[in-house]
Amino acid sequence: MLKQEYTITVYTENQIGLLNRIAIIFSRRKINIESLNTSPSEVDSVHRFTIVINETEEVVRKLCRQIEKQVEVLKAYYNTLDEIVWQELALYKVPTDIIAEEVKVERLLREYGAKAIVIRKDYTVFEVTGHREETDNLIKVLEPYGLIEFVRSARVAIIKDSDGFHEKLKEFEYREPGEDASENEYLNENEKVFSM
Amino acid sequence: MDTVQEIKTPGKEHPATPAKEVREVSGSVAVLEALLAEGVETIFGYPGGAIMPIYDALYDYREKLNHILVRHEQGAIHAAQGFARVSRNVGVVFATSGPGATNLVTGLADAMIDSTPLVCVTGQVFAHLLGTDAFQETDVINITTPITKWNYQVTDASEIPSVLAKAFYIARSGRPGPVVIDITKNAQIQKFSYAGYQKCDHIRSYRPKPIVRKKYVEEAAKLINEAERPFVIFGQGVILGNAEVEFRKFIEKAGIPSAWTIMGMSAIPTDHPLGVGMLGMHGNYGPNVLTNECDVLIAVGMRFDDRVTGRLDKYAKQAKVIHLDIDPSEIDKNVKATVPVWGDCKETLPMLTALVEQKLYPQWIQRFRDFQQKEEDQVIHEELNPSTDILTMGEVIKELNALTNGDAIVVTDVGQHQMVACRYAKFNQSKSNVTSGGLGTMGYALPAAIGAAFGDPSRPTVAIIGDGGFQMTLQELGTIMQFKPHVKIIILNNQFLGMVRQWQQLFHEKRYSFVDITSPDFVQVAKGFGIPGKSISKREDLKPTLAAMLNEPGSFLLEVMVGKENNVFPMVPQGRGVAEIVLCREDV
Ligand SMILES: Cc1ncc(C[n+]2csc(CCOP(=O)(O)OP(=O)(O)O)c2C)c(N)n1
Repeated sequence: MLKQEYTITVYTENQIGLLNRIAIIFSRRKINIESLNTSPSEVDSVHRFTIVINETEEVVRKLCRQIEKQVEVLKAYYNTLDEIVWQELALYKVPTDIIAEEVKVERLLREYGAKAIVIRKDYTVFEVTGHREETDNLIKVLEPYGLIEFVRSARVAIIKDSDGFHEKLKEFEYREPGEDASENEYLNENEKVFSM
Repeated sequence: MDTVQEIKTPGKEHPATPAKEVREVSGSVAVLEALLAEGVETIFGYPGGAIMPIYDALYDYREKLNHILVRHEQGAIHAAQGFARVSRNVGVVFATSGPGATNLVTGLADAMIDSTPLVCVTGQVFAHLLGTDAFQETDVINITTPITKWNYQVTDASEIPSVLAKAFYIARSGRPGPVVIDITKNAQIQKFSYAGYQKCDHIRSYRPKPIVRKKYVEEAAKLINEAERPFVIFGQGVILGNAEVEFRKFIEKAGIPSAWTIMGMSAIPTDHPLGVGMLGMHGNYGPNVLTNECDVLIAVGMRFDDRVTGRLDKYAKQAKVIHLDIDPSEIDKNVKATVPVWGDCKETLPMLTALVEQKLYPQWIQRFRDFQQKEEDQVIHEELNPSTDILTMGEVIKELNALTNGDAIVVTDVGQHQMVACRYAKFNQSKSNVTSGGLGTMGYALPAAIGAAFGDPSRPTVAIIGDGGFQMTLQELGTIMQFKPHVKIIILNNQFLGMVRQWQQLFHEKRYSFVDITSPDFVQVAKGFGIPGKSISKREDLKPTLAAMLNEPGSFLLEVMVGKENNVFPMVPQGRGVAEIVLCREDV
């Protein structure tokens, strides 16, 4: 099986220490986390982790099972790139004088979908939101002009096939949950969305 | 994540608490009330600065709660494990912060890997000192995260009832495991309005039991009914699931030969006609070889540990695999299941039994018998009836079986004596074999035996320990001296760290590197703790001394000097397939 990029979406309770519980599931197996984002979700009080790793599907599936085993995890899904809509945000700090003189700023803004979010005498900060290639491209453009600082956010992703978590959560609230709350209905069937 | 400390109130169907009298109590009292409400009678613990308020409250509860003061916190947690393993109750441990809590680490890891239900309450420094490197502060939550099923730090007393309710529920439900509740000293002291204790039976993010899929049960039954050489392998899941009867009904109707893992041992009587022995590195010959000849392998409540499977790419490749387990993450983890039967085996086994045909496999079972005979001729006979004067570990177990009729609880440490004891011990009752299976923790047996003796005082508890392992936790003789559990201790002394020596002999050209271990006069040591003892090395002394030991009203220590360089066989050498199991040194 080939390694590829998987985006894991985990719905959890909001509990101190859970981040560590989830992170060590990867570190224990020497798996590098490419990006990790924690945020609120569509459901009030439910937290959402978005984790990106490069692994085979078999490994990712096992990891999701280990994640779901944690008491405070509601559900874990994994998806390939074509199954999600995703974005990353990058900030670039560049010297204003050089940029103003040597770069066609307008072209930059148009071509790379960049926004200037701060313009000061000494520096300017651009923002690009997009896929990895898009944010990478602008680094290449700006590097010759003295890129002072660069930072990129973790990935956030929406699952194309998902109906969100509102309905699911209701099942979790019941003592006798629907099947979906308990286990993976797609076990051993290569469905697009894997859920356990 | 934001930093709100909050315990979710369980599901909406919870009956409203009956209007109880609200009274002011301290967090410490709330802890002890929680234990009483959960039916706890025995606590294994050790006090210290950060847990003193709880111990102070315990002073008033000493008639209701039996606190066993151990000699080291590792002893407390192993005792709680032994207690839980024989009684099916949750083992409870108290320890102080810092070194008290870190001394629990080995036991937590052990309980985690062997799915033993524990609730460990640790004291912690005052909440306002957290993170300041205060005296005896350690980050217990983060240290124990990978080795607990759940852990939680309490900084406010009002959380205590609901947190402990969750702790007990999580520890004992589903696949059991250890829970650590770390309580800061201020929360132990703090008074709050206590409205009574309410047990927890639902946490929305936690599914202890996956839902049973009929479809998979039907598929499994079909595979079984079509099989010509089906083989059942079972683990502790049968015992933890309280499913011994259901399991027996299943194998008896289906007529399938069944082998146990070291953790599943005693779930059925060892002389059950369908019982074909133990799996694994030092298990029996037949079950290992025939794993690779069966056509349908039915795994019940076991997790395909590498000590059971040997080399995975040479493990049961020919077989269709049916895996019954309560823990979804075990399915396909090591061995790919053809049909996964997720669920509590207490529920899934009867469903399967209803669908399988009544059958017998005389020829197939004869294959096991043939291998058994070969093992008997080449290994067992000599081990149990040695041709030399030097005692073997096996004959000690054989004589013990004769005297206990298989009704004793046998607690073993880790090493050769463990493998020999598990190979030869006879059991009639479930929950009789207590050993550190997954972690292989030397030093486990003595404290675990103490706990087992408290957990089930109706049966004799016999601890079988190596001369090395005994020296790891022998301080717990002090606990025996003070609290008088009845533990019969048998030290099988081969004057070596035997199991390591065996490997050095077999795989490191007999370069005996630091396995030669000297021992104190164990009988004198025991005497110092007020425990009678005897050391023997002659065959004629074995039976009478074992009988005298078992007749002794209290504890007793028996040291048996055994052959120094005896090896445990059969053996699946590391890195080889189960069918490559060898019966003697020459074949390694
Ligand atoms: C805490 C711990 N340290 C080290 C080991 C590695 N180990 C496994 S078996 C063994 C030898 C045990 O010797 P002994 O207790 O004398 O028992 P024997 O094998 O001789 O029966 C050792 C050192 C272990 N399992 N646990």
